[in-house]
Formats: sequence, C-alpha cells, structure tokens
Amino acid sequence: MTEQKKTTIVLFSGDYDKAMAAYIIANGAAAYDHEVTIFHTFWGLNALRKDEPIQSKKGFLEKMFGKMMPRGADKMGLSQMNFAGMGPKMIKHVMKKHQAMPLPELIDLAIEQDIKLIACTMTMDLLGLSQKELLEDVDYGGVAAYLGEAQDGQVNLFI
Amino acid sequence: MNTTKFLDAKGLACPMPIVRTKKAVKELEAGDILEIHATDKGSVADLTAWAASGNHKVVDQQQESDVFKFWIQKG
Repeated sequence: MTEQKKTTIVLFSGDYDKAMAAYIIANGAAAYDHEVTIFHTFWGLNALRKDEPIQSKKGFLEKMFGKMMPRGADKMGLSQMNFAGMGPKMIKHVMKKHQAMPLPELIDLAIEQDIKLIACTMTMDLLGLSQKELLEDVDYGGVAAYLGEAQDGQVNLFI
Repeated sequence: MNTTKFLDAKGLACPMPIVRTKKAVKELEAGDILEIHATDKGSVADLTAWAASGNHKVVDQQQESDVFKFWIQKG
C-alpha cells in the first residue's frame, strides 16, 4: 500500500456552482482513496447551514446577517447568471435532466465517504453563525487545523 | 471474460461513476474483474486514470453506441 494521500479544499465562496465544484472534487478525491478535508470559511459556511430557522441569542447585525445569507446549500445562488434566484432554478432543472447530483446530495455523499468538513470558527463569529445552526457532522477549527492537513496534502485548492 | 461483479453506472454523472466503482472494487479480491457500463463521456478518461492511480488494470474497454464498457481487474 502506498502512502496515504491527502486533498484539502478551502471553500470560501457561497455560490451554488462553486460549492458544487468543490464537493465534486472532494468526492472524486475520496474515491481516489485520498483523505479529504473541506475547510469552510466566510460565505462557504452557508453550505453547512441547516435549512430550518434556529433560535439563538444574537445581536442586531448578526441577526441581519443570518437573515440575508442563504440557509443551507440548496438556497445558495449562482456566481454567474443568478437572475435574482431564477438561475439556480434553471440549473437545477438542467442538472436533473443530466442526472447530475444536486449540492445537498453531494454534501451527504461527502459525509458518507468520511470527508472531514471543518467550519472556521473565527468567520462563524464574524457572520454570527452558531454551532447549532450548522450540520451535525461538522468539525470546528481555525487556520492551524487547515494547515495541519494541507501541509502534507498533494492537492490543495481554494474555491 | 470472467466477470466477478457487474456495475451499472449508466445515466450517472460525474463524480458518481468513480465513486460507485471505488465502492464496488473495495468489495472484490485482488485479481477479480469488475465490469462497468457507463454513459458519462468523461468516464473513459476518469476510469482509466482512477485505475492507474490505484494499481488496478483496465483489461478491456469497448463502446457500444453511447455506452462505455470497462473491465477492470483489481490490483
């Protein structure tokens, strides 16, 4: 058996299409027997949000952030041709036709394939996101947690 | 050819053919042969690269209309 290979991805973007690319690469890398970590920071954290509203004590700005940001992967917009929400509807229709996996299912598959999903706690604070608003299968960490995985990774991506 | 196992990946889009193939190969013994049918046009490049990386061997590969067929021997 050769040495365990590693893939690490920083998901910074909160766009449906970019997150989809990140999760497709992650799932592909897991199929390549890589140990895979996706480090979610800034807008990428929204991919990990639960889709139901969750009560938590927040300040005014944090509440506004929580309201304005997409609640979960399925609600994210496109980086191009979003057309005020019509774009995602259209692309999901086309994806169905081509049997491409929707983002929420890609995330489920990632969890099933033991891909490590890390949420950046510093940006969670900035955006006012609490742990109970994110999926159960998420680990928490900072830049060192990411670097610890990335420094012996063969594939490192920033999306 | 002595196929040990058959995987129908027709209609599946990237990355599913590779994900399913990996799962199927995991359940086989070294030397066993997995037959895969896929329709994803990227699967020719994908499965060939995947097999090479995992030291598996693509014993045969054929195309019938728009179905790509692969026989991969576990390494």
